[in-house]
Amino acid sequence: MIQVTELHKHYSVHRRPPGLWAAFRSVVRRPTEIVKAVDGISFSIEAGERVGFLGPNGAGKTTTLKVLSGLLFPTSGSALVAGHVPFRRETAFLRQITLVMGQKQQLLWDLPPSETFELNRALYEIPKTQFHETLAELTELLDLERVSKVPTRQLSLGERMKCELCAALLHRPKVLFLDEPTIGLDVSMQSALRGFVRAYNERFGATVLLTSHYMDDVLALCPRVIVIDKGRLRYDGKLADLTHTLRPEKRVAVRLSRAIEAADLDRFGKLTERGPDRVVFQVPQDALRDRVARVIAELPVADMTIEDPPLEEIMRDLFAAPASP
Amino acid sequence: MNAIFRALRALPTLLKVGVAEAVAYRAEFVIWLLTTTMPLVMLALWSEVAREGGPVGGFTGADFTAYFLASFIVRQLTGCWVAWDMNREIREGTISMRLLRPIHPLAAYAADNAAVLPMRLVLSLPIALAALYFAGRDHVTHDPAMLGLFCVTVAGAWLLSFSIMSIIGSLAFYIDSTLAVADLWFGLFFILSGYFVPIRLFPGWLQAAADALPFRAMLGLPVEELIGMQTRASALRGMAIEWAWVLTCWTGAVVLFNRGARKYSAYGA
Repeated sequence: MIQVTELHKHYSVHRRPPGLWAAFRSVVRRPTEIVKAVDGISFSIEAGERVGFLGPNGAGKTTTLKVLSGLLFPTSGSALVAGHVPFRRETAFLRQITLVMGQKQQLLWDLPPSETFELNRALYEIPKTQFHETLAELTELLDLERVSKVPTRQLSLGERMKCELCAALLHRPKVLFLDEPTIGLDVSMQSALRGFVRAYNERFGATVLLTSHYMDDVLALCPRVIVIDKGRLRYDGKLADLTHTLRPEKRVAVRLSRAIEAADLDRFGKLTERGPDRVVFQVPQDALRDRVARVIAELPVADMTIEDPPLEEIMRDLFAAPASP
Repeated sequence: MNAIFRALRALPTLLKVGVAEAVAYRAEFVIWLLTTTMPLVMLALWSEVAREGGPVGGFTGADFTAYFLASFIVRQLTGCWVAWDMNREIREGTISMRLLRPIHPLAAYAADNAAVLPMRLVLSLPIALAALYFAGRDHVTHDPAMLGLFCVTVAGAWLLSFSIMSIIGSLAFYIDSTLAVADLWFGLFFILSGYFVPIRLFPGWLQAAADALPFRAMLGLPVEELIGMQTRASALRGMAIEWAWVLTCWTGAVVLFNRGARKYSAYGA
């Protein structure tokens, strides 16, 4: 569904020091430098996959999404989405994709979202029956009955985001590019949005490429992740494999029924957190069964959970490691 | 061709939404209307000149009244400021949303601009027509063919105005800001279109230049048709020049936009 080969996107950026003299100098002399936002990445995504696109700020995630959705013309390399070259922005291509950007909107600011929905119906030439059916479904799922009739500018961020999603999905796109879709939303709204994206993917077999700084989004939605840094590919594979490769330990969190001396705890694993009634160990995967049995047998355990290290930590480790040439 | 038919099919909804947006800005819209009343100022000025000093270049006070009232009407029908919207949207990256929709952004801009016409007409045209009827009805052409030519010329003037504004707006893909270009354009337009001074009062060489350039077709020509200052033959000749400019400028706008979009950086979006 998505095929990216040796994709490059470079920008020419004017840089000047601050100050009045520099401002005057820039009138006659304007030095520029090339910023390699995307620097030769290749990957492919099958139809129906949900893929997390991760990287630190400035890694090139959003630039890649913009190239794939046809907004940007690549410097070199190729991209194919649903059999189309994105930048040509052919009608057949634009009808199959959607790009949701958390901080930008397609909703008409001074009119109720229902007007944008109607506009999209006309522009995407959605048959009326399908339009009303999809709209009713999205209205119910996203609870839009009241908000769709209020001018957009008077809606809260969460309400606007739900309407954005509705407007973006009315034409039932086959490819969803989601750029920080949960940014600024409260926890329950983030969870609702994740559930909705997953349900949409499962129902329509849509392909989802998601960028997010909220690792919960990635954990909840994306079995596979593509990680880029400084425009270059750092990892492409299963999220679970990434976790196991970078952090082969599990976190064993134990709530104690009484306080224990620190010296008594080191033998169970590397102690990473310690409170009056709570401790967290880092335990190698292959020793997990044995250590957990010992913890239960030897400590006053009130409660215990076993989990992977937080994805944020894994990402931090990945970006701290030097990139292979 | 398919793209044109698709745009036409979507046009009623685009216009409906555009009208709803125009209505949403009620106060701003009325204030904007006040900014388009320059022909009425010129009317007062030139009428007074003619009243005190006699006809100017053959124009009597009544001629000036009819000319500038007709100018006001034509300007209401053909005024277009899309260059400002495009300049802002390209710089701020908000044009991205237009680029993602399955309709050419220029068609969407055209619909947005056409959608404000009904509001302009409802608010200003009755007053202007009534004033023209009472103050200069003898000057309004009674030739049905000329009235037909006037309608086609006004449509061409709007398309020409939109195309040139689109060219200026599309330059924002290439240079940081196009507002200075727009100012330069309007400076020339105000003089060479007959907006400040009827072109017939110009020296011959300047009239010839105004005839050959797109300016006169955007205002002076339809105005002169409406108040009977053009013969059928001269109106047809002017219209041919006008539509040649429409074709040239529209093609130029589409080419410039499509090529410019390759340079789009989508910063901020």
